[in-house]
Amino acid sequence: MEEKDSVVEVTSPVGGDEPQEKKARTPLFHVTKRAQIGWQKAIGIRVIAIFAALVLCAIITVLCTGDNPFSVFKTVAEGAFGKGRTLVTVHDIAILLCISLAVTPAFRMRFWNIGAEGQTLIGGLATAIVMLNLHDKVPTAPLVLIMLVAAVAAGALWGFVPAFFKARWNTNETLFTLMMNYVAIQLVEYFLKIADKTGSNVVGPNLLGTGIPNLFGVQYLLNILVVAVLTGVLYVYLQYSKHGYEISVVGESENTAKYIGINVRRVIIRTMLVSGAICGLAGLLIVGGASHSINSNIVDGRGFTAIMVSWLAKFNPLYMILTTFLLVFLDRGADEISTRFGLSSSFSAILTGVILFFIIGCEFFINYQVHFDRRPFAKAKKQCEPQIKEEE
Amino acid sequence: MSDSIALQLRNISKRFGSIQAVRNVDLDVRHGEILALLGENGSGKTTLMNMIAGIYFPDEGQIFVDGEEATIHSPKDAFRYKIGMIHQHFKLVDVFTAAENIVLGIREGARFNLSETEKKVADITEKYGFEIDPRKKIYDMAVSEKQTVEILKVLYRGADILILDEPTAVLTPQEIDKLFAVLRRMREDGKSIIIITHKLHEVMAISDRVAVLRKGEHIATVETAKTTEAELTEMMVGKKVTLNIERSEPKNSADRLTVEGLSLKNHEGTQVLDNVSFTARSGEILGIAGIAGSGQKELLEAIAGLQHLESGDMIFRNPKKDQPVTFFHKDLHRVKQLAAEGAFRYEDGKTVDFTGMSDKEIRQIVNDGKVLFKEDEIIDLKDKTPLQIRELGIRLSFVPEDRLGMGLVGNMDIVDNMMLRSYRKGKSVFVDRTKPGALADKIIHDLQVVTPSAHTPVRRLSGGNVQKVLVGREIAAAPKVLMAAYPVRGLDINSSYMIYNLLNEQKENGTAVIFVGEDLDVLIALCDRILVMCGGKVSGIVDGRGAQKEKIGLMMTKTEGSV
Repeated sequence: MEEKDSVVEVTSPVGGDEPQEKKARTPLFHVTKRAQIGWQKAIGIRVIAIFAALVLCAIITVLCTGDNPFSVFKTVAEGAFGKGRTLVTVHDIAILLCISLAVTPAFRMRFWNIGAEGQTLIGGLATAIVMLNLHDKVPTAPLVLIMLVAAVAAGALWGFVPAFFKARWNTNETLFTLMMNYVAIQLVEYFLKIADKTGSNVVGPNLLGTGIPNLFGVQYLLNILVVAVLTGVLYVYLQYSKHGYEISVVGESENTAKYIGINVRRVIIRTMLVSGAICGLAGLLIVGGASHSINSNIVDGRGFTAIMVSWLAKFNPLYMILTTFLLVFLDRGADEISTRFGLSSSFSAILTGVILFFIIGCEFFINYQVHFDRRPFAKAKKQCEPQIKEEE
Repeated sequence: MSDSIALQLRNISKRFGSIQAVRNVDLDVRHGEILALLGENGSGKTTLMNMIAGIYFPDEGQIFVDGEEATIHSPKDAFRYKIGMIHQHFKLVDVFTAAENIVLGIREGARFNLSETEKKVADITEKYGFEIDPRKKIYDMAVSEKQTVEILKVLYRGADILILDEPTAVLTPQEIDKLFAVLRRMREDGKSIIIITHKLHEVMAISDRVAVLRKGEHIATVETAKTTEAELTEMMVGKKVTLNIERSEPKNSADRLTVEGLSLKNHEGTQVLDNVSFTARSGEILGIAGIAGSGQKELLEAIAGLQHLESGDMIFRNPKKDQPVTFFHKDLHRVKQLAAEGAFRYEDGKTVDFTGMSDKEIRQIVNDGKVLFKEDEIIDLKDKTPLQIRELGIRLSFVPEDRLGMGLVGNMDIVDNMMLRSYRKGKSVFVDRTKPGALADKIIHDLQVVTPSAHTPVRRLSGGNVQKVLVGREIAAAPKVLMAAYPVRGLDINSSYMIYNLLNEQKENGTAVIFVGEDLDVLIALCDRILVMCGGKVSGIVDGRGAQKEKIGLMMTKTEGSV
């Protein structure tokens, strides 16, 4: 290629004399969209990104604290899977995964449901109301059933309202679902006031009872199993069912959906009912299956973290197991660092931020290719070559 | 000779990702000539011109303007070298007048004087014979006027080299003649004009020389007077192609779809269809001609059940006479109802009477194929959704203009796109991908779709292959009515002719084909009848055999009473 260039420049009737000018003006690199990328390459880029993130974290750790970065990493791993922590970590993964699964059908439909926080919370509230009123009146089995129905219905209702308005009047679902979060929070605050006259901001097992019993005497096991089954079910639902197919078509192109006769309004509402219902289930698992208490912070931002989980996994429920694992692992590890090394909690937030930045940032390199302009080098070669030729 | 060269390209190359859009192109443009840049879609014509106009920067090569090397980073740079490009999609501010649009973005002194501009514009229009009112707002303008404003914008900035990207695509034959007259006057004035096109007869009519690009490479530049359309086609495609559309006489034609008094308003309340009436007949291709946006798209969408009609009827005659009744589209309840209305007969001609029979018995004789329809079904498609139309057993296929935005889902693979029409079949909650998979393989094989596999997302395919997938799916349903909107837009010559042949095949199978096209030559060669639309109205229906382009062109611009 380069040789050809030089030949043209030499033979070109007009242009041979001033080629140097161009050098300074050519851009250093340019970016093009990749048409396709092999999966090995895609994984390779991600591995490099995580590795680079760890290196940067290590540098930051040494600079800021002087601690040995490897012992910090070891602490991260211990924080997540140290003695007696594994079950808690897996449970955290399960709950975050459940909420992530919930937002996924909506996201596949390009319905930006950022109201998972509220939908989960309202599911938890419904559970708490049932527990408060019935825990000492109804035997355990029917009680759990009533809790389930109440939580799922409440979550589904919280999903239905924005979906209905979107389907009918094309309202902005992002704003709508976001505002519904605050409604849910305020309802929980109100519930706390009524349920606990002492003015405490948590209503605990003393008022709610023990909720769902442990399976085989192992704490959290039931929750984990429920989410595991749900992951498989949702994967099949999205990938192989007619509903799942309709969701994909509506998400990709509403015009195509109309063209083949899909009732877009019905799909939007139906999908948000599913989305909200799973959130409600997550609320049940949190309140009824784990904490047996409620306050307005039980979801703890996981409704928003779930968005990231779902996106990072490209809306695939099976990949989501990995992305939830990663996020929960980092989160718990970071907590451990700040306690063990006596660092402020901001430090662990910095490390988590660095790692997420790299993971999300590497998507750019998966979708785009950066070409460094070789011309400055080619130019140098070119300038030499004609001279050599002349000498010959 | 060399002193009269205005623009010189040397060894220009440009890559986009893995695609080499333009490869080592050398090209000369002389002063006072019209150079046609000919090539199929994707041959790099527009990319090459964009590099001259400063939209892209070449990866390799040099550009010389009047013998001096030029570095063109932006359209502003291009104007410094007196190069101006008129893009296919106009870049005008709707609420401004022509004059305001023309001066927009120019810095000449501290204040700008609109009346002076108008005078200057008037000078230019007079010089070259444009017809434009500088005070008219853009939103009041027809497409051809907007194009005039774009050309004036470039001339006002003093361009000596004008690049026009497919300027005739949006114009009627009469407007094209006017444009060409203006271009010739500019040529006499010493300006260099590059016109991008893929219409051969226009190349022959206007250009002095033709440069042919193929797959990003410059094949040759020839004197227009010394070449022929056939020779140019061969250079463009790379092999000999025969450009004949065989039109057979319609056989056993019968009325299939009668549209009566169709009126439709769009979201903004504009009347997009105004009392449209016509009949599509089986075994016949009905062409629809008109300037883009005259209501063709809405008409087809209305028939397909995608628009809410203001008024009008669409009577579909479903050819059912003497055909066995099945439960495929009619459930037991509906079959009983129709039998009670006397719509069925037995093979011996007796009217079917189900009274006193059990459901099981009825199912039995229907499934045995003993129950026949007495008459064709007559169904009004008005207010029916696409789903209802299908459930009624009407085989209506529609190849929409927007292939990836409506006809197909770009991110889904070919198999899933096949499924769009058929995924509802069966009671299972799961989709069955075996039949769509087989259909995908069949279409890939029969229509020679170039794709890595049936599991490649369709957006990765080239335009021609995308269209083959879409047309293939729509034809696979053995339609009674096949509607196709601009089915060859953006396709290369070979794919275009394959689509024409497919439409012809459907016609011979007795399908009523409705074909919305933009190339009048093709419409006249392919269609049995041509319906001409103008501003949402039908301005007339002409016979395809012996139709005159000029006459159709006139009808496209004004309504000459109704049919």
